[in-house]
Amino acid sequence: MQCVVTGGNVKVLGKALHSLSRIGDELYVEPQEDGLALRSVNSSRSAYACFLFAPLFFSRYSIPSGLNFRCKMAIKSVLTVFRSLATLEKTVEKCHISLDEQKDRLTFTLHCKHGLLKTHNLSYQDSESLEAVFDKDNCANVFRAQPRVLVDTVVHFTTSLEEVTVTVSDERMWVRNYVEDDAERSKAMLTELCLAADEFDHFAVKSHNSITFCLKEFRGLLLFAESTGLPVSMYLDEPGSPVVLSVTDSVLEGNFVLATLSDDHSLHKSNRGADAEQPQPPDDFMNDDMDAYLIAMDTSVAPGPSTAGPPTSSLATCRKPPAPNYRTRTYSEEEENGEEDPGRPPDKKFRSLFFGSVLPPSPQMSTQPVTTQEVLASDSEDETEAE
Amino acid sequence: MQANAFIQADIFQEFTLKEDSVVFQINLTVLLDCLNIFGGSSVGGSTALRMCYRGYGHPLTLFLEEGGVVTVCKINTHEPEEPIDFEFSSCNVTNKVILQSESLKEAFSELDMTSEVLQITMSPNQPYFRLSTFGNSGNAHYDYSKDSDMMELFQCNKTQTNRYKMSLLKPSTKALAISCKVSVRTDSRGVLSLQYLVRNDDGQICFVEYFCCPDEEVEEE
Repeated sequence: MQCVVTGGNVKVLGKALHSLSRIGDELYVEPQEDGLALRSVNSSRSAYACFLFAPLFFSRYSIPSGLNFRCKMAIKSVLTVFRSLATLEKTVEKCHISLDEQKDRLTFTLHCKHGLLKTHNLSYQDSESLEAVFDKDNCANVFRAQPRVLVDTVVHFTTSLEEVTVTVSDERMWVRNYVEDDAERSKAMLTELCLAADEFDHFAVKSHNSITFCLKEFRGLLLFAESTGLPVSMYLDEPGSPVVLSVTDSVLEGNFVLATLSDDHSLHKSNRGADAEQPQPPDDFMNDDMDAYLIAMDTSVAPGPSTAGPPTSSLATCRKPPAPNYRTRTYSEEEENGEEDPGRPPDKKFRSLFFGSVLPPSPQMSTQPVTTQEVLASDSEDETEAE
Repeated sequence: MQANAFIQADIFQEFTLKEDSVVFQINLTVLLDCLNIFGGSSVGGSTALRMCYRGYGHPLTLFLEEGGVVTVCKINTHEPEEPIDFEFSSCNVTNKVILQSESLKEAFSELDMTSEVLQITMSPNQPYFRLSTFGNSGNAHYDYSKDSDMMELFQCNKTQTNRYKMSLLKPSTKALAISCKVSVRTDSRGVLSLQYLVRNDDGQICFVEYFCCPDEEVEEE
């Protein structure tokens, strides 16, 4: 395998690797006929990212026909090659990637200015195929925005924030921080931003959903999108279904697939409440529809005193009452009612099984090039001798 | 591993020595603390320094003045130990290159620190001048071509490959950071001499020199 990346694309490649490093510790490399696939997944398998660089991204892309090769390596090792993006831009003229299957080494050679040649021979391990199963085309809600819009949104959340909740209606998207622990909610700062449909390049909502996912990995994609200026597409479905974030241009495609909190958990969540002594932070996430929803819920837990409280001062930076036909109400999390149920398992439940057997290729599956039918298995039993 | 700093007499505004050679030993950390007594940064004006040494048995006296405040430090001196003579002689130099520090700084900042050694190859043939590391994830080579515009001097007569403990060379990066040029020389035994040319604000020149013994005998190619 011989690939050559020149000029500004070296920095793009470096940026992609930095973004992938936000997902997991290992980089999966798979040279395919339609391009070089670089993938990463986190340890809990709740976040997956893949960058596919088409042959045209490279000034030279030659892989032996019938090459069926995939490997994985510590992403930190690859990052040492592309550590300083500013240096890459200033001094690297060409990056040559070649594979030495005999020695189990992937070699990155950077041809730099002033006659400096940097050669990195990185060892790898054989690995199983790593592909997430997701279908962007059948997602209920599709959005596309310039990266600046999204970057300006997430900048309002602290870097320590783990998860955000995104709620969509016909004309609006709300993004707010997700506070899991009810006891903390009264002490926590709640931040909510509202984006109007006209801030997006494309805004198509078929079902009003509210999903919660990890912000850290989302930021990983934004890192890449912002530096390349590519618009970000978001594919949202129901809670529990992964949210897909994509960037594409003519020579590359990046997909970040993030698991979302599943619906039943958010239902259970609403049954937990803060201590009765703690006054509720006034918020206007409550409205008549909320009350109706509460009544429809499991009535084994009595609503607390704060339920009927009228909406007072607004914590939100922008607020429009959600349309009455919300299918899923994770706003119910804001309902600090009922007693705490200590017996309930406290941890959030992320739907992580979006990896499964890869479906046979079909015309609608325009997402991932499907090259194998193998079930994604944990690669622990597949580690062959790397020497 | 030994480091030497040479500060020429003309760097000082006044330099008077009553004997031909004066040698004593003091604690370096203490000396640095005293020199930085007004804080490390140059904000707040510059510090003036006067060093006095009466002779054997007396302390080294430092007078430091900044903004009208004078501090006097007296540092006890010790019997000087005989510094190891690496016996590195200019006549015995096998290979020598002089590089602009700029490019070496970049290489050193990227060196794989999981490697225990830094291997230096100098040769009249390819790869001319190579720095190599052998770390956890693989090995890396930084090759400087003899035709590079960063290479001010290239005098390599024989191919030599030597390994040096990374931990010994790490301190030299401080000198590299403030230098504008560095000369890398090895002798027939593989002992490494790194000479850093440091130019101060007034354009005056000082040298810092490091000697380092090779880690193990590596067969010459």
